[in-house]
Amino acid sequence: MSEAVRLRARAEGLAAPLPPLLAEAEHLASTVLPGVHGRRRAGMGDEFWQYRPAHAGDEARQIDWRRSARSDAHFVREKEWQAAQSVVIWADDALSMNFTSDRNLPAKRERAALLAMALAVLLVRGGERVGLAGGAIAPAGGEVQLVRLARALAAPAGARDFGVPETAGLVAHSRAVFISDFLGEVALVEERLAEAAERGVTGALLQVLDPQEESFPFDGRTIFESMGRTLSHETLKAADLRDRYLQRLAARKARLADLARRTGWQYHCHHSSEPASTALLWAYGALERRA
Amino acid sequence: MATFLGIGFTSPWLLLGLAALPILWILLRAVPPAPVRRLFPGVALLAGLSDDESQTERTPWWLLLLRMLALAAAIIGFAGPVLNPQERSPGSGPLLIVLDGTWADARDWPRRMERVAVALDEAERAARPVALVLLADLPPGDLPFQAAGAWRSRLPGIIPRPWEPQPSALEEWAASLEAGPFDTLWLSDGLARPGREAVLAALEARGTVTVFESPRPVLALRGAEFAGDGVKVTALRSGAQGEVAYQLRAIGPDPTGTERQLASGLLAFAPGATEATAELALPPEVRNRVSRFEIAGQRSAGAVSLTDDSLKRREVALIAGRSEREGLELLSPLYYLRQALAPTADLIEGDIADIVLASPDAIILADVARLADAEASALLEWVREGGLLVRFAGPRLAASDVARNEEDPLMPVRLRAGGRSVGGTMSWGEPKALRPFAKDSPFFGLPIPEDVRVSAQVMAQPDPQLSRRVIAALADGTPLVTRRFEGAGQVVLFHVTANAEWSSLPLSGLFVQMLERLAVSTRPERPDAAELAGTTWTPVEVLDAFGSMREAGALAGVPGERIVEGAIGPDMPPGLYAGAERRIAVNVIGSGRVLEPAAWPERIAVEGLELVRETALRGWLLVLALALLMADIIASLWLSGRLRGPRAAALPVLLAALLLAPPQPAGAQGGEAEESFALDATANTVLAYVLTGDSRLDAISEAGLRGLSDVLFRRTSVEPADPIGVDLERDELSFFPFLYWPVSPDQPMPSAEAYVKLNRYLRTGGMIMFDTRDADLAGLGADTPNRRKLQQLAAPLDIPPLEPVPADHVLTRAFYLLQDFPGRHASREVWVEAAPPGAELVEGMPFRNLNDNVTPVIIGGNDWAAAWAVDSMGGYMFPVGRGNAGDRQREMAYRFGVNLVMYVLTGNYKSDQVHVPALLERLGQ
Repeated sequence: MSEAVRLRARAEGLAAPLPPLLAEAEHLASTVLPGVHGRRRAGMGDEFWQYRPAHAGDEARQIDWRRSARSDAHFVREKEWQAAQSVVIWADDALSMNFTSDRNLPAKRERAALLAMALAVLLVRGGERVGLAGGAIAPAGGEVQLVRLARALAAPAGARDFGVPETAGLVAHSRAVFISDFLGEVALVEERLAEAAERGVTGALLQVLDPQEESFPFDGRTIFESMGRTLSHETLKAADLRDRYLQRLAARKARLADLARRTGWQYHCHHSSEPASTALLWAYGALERRA
Repeated sequence: MATFLGIGFTSPWLLLGLAALPILWILLRAVPPAPVRRLFPGVALLAGLSDDESQTERTPWWLLLLRMLALAAAIIGFAGPVLNPQERSPGSGPLLIVLDGTWADARDWPRRMERVAVALDEAERAARPVALVLLADLPPGDLPFQAAGAWRSRLPGIIPRPWEPQPSALEEWAASLEAGPFDTLWLSDGLARPGREAVLAALEARGTVTVFESPRPVLALRGAEFAGDGVKVTALRSGAQGEVAYQLRAIGPDPTGTERQLASGLLAFAPGATEATAELALPPEVRNRVSRFEIAGQRSAGAVSLTDDSLKRREVALIAGRSEREGLELLSPLYYLRQALAPTADLIEGDIADIVLASPDAIILADVARLADAEASALLEWVREGGLLVRFAGPRLAASDVARNEEDPLMPVRLRAGGRSVGGTMSWGEPKALRPFAKDSPFFGLPIPEDVRVSAQVMAQPDPQLSRRVIAALADGTPLVTRRFEGAGQVVLFHVTANAEWSSLPLSGLFVQMLERLAVSTRPERPDAAELAGTTWTPVEVLDAFGSMREAGALAGVPGERIVEGAIGPDMPPGLYAGAERRIAVNVIGSGRVLEPAAWPERIAVEGLELVRETALRGWLLVLALALLMADIIASLWLSGRLRGPRAAALPVLLAALLLAPPQPAGAQGGEAEESFALDATANTVLAYVLTGDSRLDAISEAGLRGLSDVLFRRTSVEPADPIGVDLERDELSFFPFLYWPVSPDQPMPSAEAYVKLNRYLRTGGMIMFDTRDADLAGLGADTPNRRKLQQLAAPLDIPPLEPVPADHVLTRAFYLLQDFPGRHASREVWVEAAPPGAELVEGMPFRNLNDNVTPVIIGGNDWAAAWAVDSMGGYMFPVGRGNAGDRQREMAYRFGVNLVMYVLTGNYKSDQVHVPALLERLGQ
């Protein structure tokens, strides 16, 4: 009895963050009109495509009697062919994503989770199958999958300082979205991306940065530490470092963009101070473009 | 106390801490500002970057200096630095506090008392017995050494005297001073006077003497005197300082009898001068009313100069019989009178009817025989009310039958027909000389010039009364001047003409002196010793040391010789003394007085009241240290980059908030505020109280009037809004029918402009209720601080004569029938404007036909607001009485409040019931 109660309590504790994230994600997703996500031809699917005159070979039960009653000919109701695509999302859960420079700004991780979830909501609504990278959740469709995704995305952060894209759960020729700050080892990113490209996976790199990371507004004697305190750097005049830091950041961005271009991916840099909807729109568009 | 560069330290040992500063310097120098630890994911991009310039890991020198200064300021501050330290040795053994206690002390008496209180405190701490002595009023016997605490309780009762110590008394006291060693603190009034050296020497022989003296000059006024047409008043000061001007005020009753300032002048001391003179050109009517001159703002008897009859000029009317002889100026019956009177009196001429209306002091009829009946009766009435009628004989009087057979009320004696002429061309005998004046004659003592001869006179009818009425006679005993008292006045007849036709008397100086003695003209100077010998003068009003007048009460009279002597003292306080015929002002400052500043020998330490004041620097230094530390905080933040860091955006906001923190003065929206005040005050009936500046008192007033408003609302048709506090300086008063003004001893005096407003308010129908809140203890003879404050507050107000509320006053029946007017106290004494003296009891009514307006002030001490006061929950804020009697008293207090407001709002219409019989009678017709 007591064990069941404990289990239930834990389950509710786990479930607690779901509705807000899901609700927020759905709210965000509603800002993007899904548009027509069909294959533009008749086939297997749920959506109505067209009525066509029945011809020989059509089974009688295929005839749409309601439409046929309005005229003399018989019509068959055709549905649009909807081929469900698998999309695997990787939202970085490293410690560095927990950073936020201001109380009023969401942590990068929050933003990344929100974007991933919203994207998932959009895709699931569009009939795609969505999963999480790293083999955590295999691609699937349906509302239940959304709940599962939300639960996974709201899980506590990992232990690593900087995240490396997971390619474990990638299905060949599917689509993938990597959301991270990409501040860690860029070589690893490159490696994983190449791996994904080899499997014919295309997708989008969405870099989420805090405005402070973009402007480096520091001065004076400072010890910078990574979120996990594994890395640290001490300087006496932080202001002097600004230019060089910004150069390095620009180089990093350029390299990521170049990487994406070479592997047929899309790259976008998003700041947590900007509205999430622009990034969502971009990500959705990026997935749509090559569909 | 250790002294260094004129700065003393209360705890100099702390200064050793300064020695630690260099060590601290080295320590602080080695410690650079602590680094900021920041979590920053971008650190991955920073790896391998190094600082461009190698910066020293040391605190910059200026920051170190800042910190050192802060620390040094704190150390010095805690060491207790004092600028101009005054060596105050605690001393031991008895302490004698000597106060001059003269009028010159009065101007800063409270501060002297503070100084004495400080000395008493110190003595109490050191357990020294203290004796306190006023030199102006030396105690008999030994020095009254007592515990300091005992003196402190008696301190408020020690007041200065309006006179100065007599040198002889000082010397005597110094000689008889008891031997014991004691130290002396002498609070000097700053004036040199004989006898001081003796006292100083005697005191120095007993122990150390410290002198406390105000560096401000002492100011005084000499008596006023005539100068040409105006009045000249001379002010003195001790010590010749720079150029200063003071205002001179001439004060006296105005035509309605209220004392007010009649004129003012400027006393400008030239640099280096010790005297300044102001000349006031006053019209005679005004000048005669001036009762005293004073230097504005000087509270001391020396700065007040009382005036007596010598400043008054009599108004004398001259009337001559119709003259047929034109152009003979020297033969005019009035010529010599004019010559004699013009310098000292104001002359008017005209016909009798007009002159009697002007009510002069004296009327002189020169050879006027017959008077019309109307004129005679008017003249007689005037004489009976105190006029002085002086008649001169002449051919016309001699020829008439005036007072021939029966006594004429306007003639002192009956006259025989004709008169007589001696020593003329057609008669025998020599012109007669004058007989020396008898002792009971007003002319007694006047020297008779040898050459005065009388060649003609009118003769008096022999009469039993005659000898008593003769006040001057010729050598042969025939009357020359006769006098009879008529009512309050007198009628005097010179049996000769006013010109030189009948005698040479008008040509002599005796004529002028005789007129003076008769008080026809004014005596130019105060009477001399010979005149005053043997007379007794009773004080009418006396001055206290602060320069205010008091009724003399039962003070003993002063012999004339003492007045001649002039030195005021306990037996003759300065004031106004009345003799038989005139008044003499005895002023503090005699005519020859010069004020010399007291000179103390070098060896005596002289403290000033304000010249050198000890200034404790501790506070300033600690503030400096704190400010430096603040600067250090900001500098450190700036150095460590926190001022420029990501959070720096908040800083300017913070600084701006600090700088702009003082709120905008409310005056910015003055016009709007005034308007809303006017709306609040006039939209409804509003009870108002005067803001005294004491927030507790104001809150009680507010609560009291709120309680009264509630009661009015419930019981009457008066429905007042919330009470309003009125700032006399700022607010318009005319909106309020009634102001409640609680008196507290320490409320500020309103400004002159506020008084102008208040007087306008009172004249135009406003009412102020003064509440001294002290149960009218003053009525029992005690002079409470509240009562004194009330006197000060009300002095500039235009307040009519007052009386305690009579039993038939409208206040007793404006709404409720009341017998007394309790508040929290139940004293009966409540004062309102006095009823006019002619008020008569109305037949059939229990009250008089009273004045037809509302009294402008109500003065009492029953603390009504406290009795009315309710808090926001409607509960009573203050207990009143006990038990049922207390409830009853509170109810009566409310009823008085209701009556009061009814009286204020409806005037005395309840009094109109006196007209009821008349109205009924009219209705009956």
